Amino acid sequence: MLLSGVQEAAQHAAAGTAMDWLWLVPVLPLLGFVLNGAISLFTATKFGPADPSAAGHGHGHGADSHASDGHDHAHPEPHRLAWLSSIIGPGVLIAAFGVAVAVFMAYRAGAGEHGEPVVQNYFQWVVTGDLSISASLMIDQLSLVMLLVVTGVGALIHVFSVGYMREDPGYPRYFAYLNLFVFFMLVLVLGASYPVLFVGWEGVGLCSYLLIGFWFSEKANADAGKKAFIVNRIGDFGFLVAMFLLFSNLGSLDFTTLRSTAGTLQPGGVLVTTICLFLFLGCTGKSAQMPLYVWLPDAMAGPTPVSALIHAATMVTAGVYLIARSSFLFALSPVASLTVVVVGALTAVFAATIGLKQWDIKKVLAYSTVSQLGYMFIGVGVGAYAAGIFHLITHAFFKALLFLGSGSVIYAMHRAYHATHSHDDAQDMRNMGGLKKHMPWTFGLMWIATLAIAGVPVFSGFFSKDEILTSVFVRARESTLAEAHWFGIPGNVVLYVCYALGLAAALLTAIYMTRMMIYTFHGPNRSGEKERAHLAEAPWVMTGPLVVLGVLSALGGLLNLPAFIPVKSTAVLEHWLHPVVGESALQITNGAAPEISHSLEYTLVGIAVLIAALGIWFAFYRLKPEELVPKSQSKPEEGFDRVLEQKYFVDEGYARFIVNPTLTTSRNLLWRGIDVGLIDGLMVNGGAWTARAFGWLGSALQSGQVGTYAWVLVLGVLAVLGAVTLR
Amino acid sequence: MLAESLFFSAVLFVIGVVGVLTRRNAIIIFMCVELMLNAVNLAFVAFAQVYGMAGQVFVFFVMTVAAAEAAVGLAIIIALFRHRKTVNLEQINLLKG
Repeated sequence: MLLSGVQEAAQHAAAGTAMDWLWLVPVLPLLGFVLNGAISLFTATKFGPADPSAAGHGHGHGADSHASDGHDHAHPEPHRLAWLSSIIGPGVLIAAFGVAVAVFMAYRAGAGEHGEPVVQNYFQWVVTGDLSISASLMIDQLSLVMLLVVTGVGALIHVFSVGYMREDPGYPRYFAYLNLFVFFMLVLVLGASYPVLFVGWEGVGLCSYLLIGFWFSEKANADAGKKAFIVNRIGDFGFLVAMFLLFSNLGSLDFTTLRSTAGTLQPGGVLVTTICLFLFLGCTGKSAQMPLYVWLPDAMAGPTPVSALIHAATMVTAGVYLIARSSFLFALSPVASLTVVVVGALTAVFAATIGLKQWDIKKVLAYSTVSQLGYMFIGVGVGAYAAGIFHLITHAFFKALLFLGSGSVIYAMHRAYHATHSHDDAQDMRNMGGLKKHMPWTFGLMWIATLAIAGVPVFSGFFSKDEILTSVFVRARESTLAEAHWFGIPGNVVLYVCYALGLAAALLTAIYMTRMMIYTFHGPNRSGEKERAHLAEAPWVMTGPLVVLGVLSALGGLLNLPAFIPVKSTAVLEHWLHPVVGESALQITNGAAPEISHSLEYTLVGIAVLIAALGIWFAFYRLKPEELVPKSQSKPEEGFDRVLEQKYFVDEGYARFIVNPTLTTSRNLLWRGIDVGLIDGLMVNGGAWTARAFGWLGSALQSGQVGTYAWVLVLGVLAVLGAVTLR
Repeated sequence: MLAESLFFSAVLFVIGVVGVLTRRNAIIIFMCVELMLNAVNLAFVAFAQVYGMAGQVFVFFVMTVAAAEAAVGLAIIIALFRHRKTVNLEQINLLKG
């Protein structure tokens, strides 16, 4: 299969270069999955956490392995082949990253010079009627960027996992799932058509489910996995409908064909808007936007490196990638694009407000992720596709750093609690405080990431966030979006409001991130006298990836410097992505590259910087870590604080208005009514009853009396004779 | 001549039928069945006088079958009697449903 693919590719312009080895990039993680899976299957004596009976008590939510082995008896043995998985798991990812870099170099040097995508067909996958889908991978500028992010950040997180998960008895299973995830993620970003992309899309969903429920012996974790899976099904339904519509109207599903035929759709028409909105429904599920964001905070039940890789850096950004990939469709539909912007802006603010009042360090980061994804959607919504992807990349750096840093903190907290046999919550910030003395590296690196996400100048997040906000402002003045109407509201009004929402979200981001840092690292330590002695920095295998991510978070902005900075190579990423999304971006800005005066740009940047500084200052001014008490002694929140802490009661609302009515209808109508009543009662048992009634009648005729039979016979003959004669 | 023969055949047949319907003794019912067969034979012979020899040939067949049936039937009745010590069909209803 693969060989024939290579032969086919050999006729291509890219022949003989590293691009022929593209298939190796997804296959390496798949190999890792097979090997680690085999180790896990053939050596497992017990599946899952070693002591399920003990896992349920003593911990509020037990979202981490360390929480579930916090009991002082029978604590789980590390896996005896853990060393092998430690080599295979991160090894395949590092190799894949190496191949990805080689592919990138070859593309940049060779055929990709003029920006044509290179498509490699491996085999025919589905051929039926007019539909023909081949399993093919595509390299272009966009997929290369994603390829490098996924394998690069993925490799770092794999290395971190070696330290974080080594004690866990399910270690090889963990790496098997993680490798499988990377495989599907690579299929997602490399797929040359919507169906291939969809395979990856569903595959990463599966791995997300498996890894959220990694410690499945605790019901809350298994439920969180289920929730993620079910909520994503709603989005996937939208994706499927969009694919059906595309195929029935344009007759093809691969990107290169669709790009050239999309022009036949009527711009701004109902059809293209419907397709885009259904695609976006898929994005709201996978990328946790309103109203389908509810699964992501619960997904924190998985191991922390999983949260970093899947639920922050890669999988959840798939929706942003999908919109950038489908830019040729979204550019045709201002209404759909405005919808993307509005949903993104609302999600950004909404999630940020919830983040203000969370105490679980991972929950803060989860809501922060939802909020930042909202930012990316603002970017790709207004047609600044490069800006959206830029924020995707920088976010992958600093959010992975934040999650891994929080993993480091949880690891240290847990070890301290473990040493003293305490059952306190290792993830609650009220139990932390003053960690900067104990973990100086993590402290410094997480501050870099915090400054980056808050948008402080020179750090990566500043450039990407600023570019998104500026793009919104520019397009509110002059673009097809500004001229369109969104539910009767003029597009430019919508965009100005979204710009304001974006600024508000930036302010809130600065506040809640600083709050998290203050409560975790500053002020007095609240973990307890005995525990304090055991607090220490995590081993180098964990801190090392943090350092790399810290450098990337600080310098990531170099990828796409804004034009007003007086250096030679500005907007590198934007130029790089131009062949893929440039045309669509120009379509939205009415054919002209957006021009704004330097003075206005300085003003916008000034506002953004001011807001970030204001947020950080406000957090330091208002929050008093000295007054905070540990979780066990703290009073419940009141008033609006409580509403925020309880996440606006959205989950409760969904439970009451959607989940419970569905369950009630299913139970009373579908189960008791239709299944038990109609199908079991009327059809299955009814059929049996009818047969039995006829049987009873028939057996009653069989009296065993030959005389009676003779009578029946004679009467029958007489009846027939009578009927014949008297006719 | 034909009418008289057929009338006689019909009378014989009805006697056979009434015998089968009203009697309970297996042997008598068996004899009544034979009576019905012979009534049919008579009708065949009578028709053969008018329509050709086919009717007479058929009578031979009927007689052959009747002989075979008599052998089998009587054997069954004897076996039945040995088993149940009776040939009263009202008491033989093993196949009751």
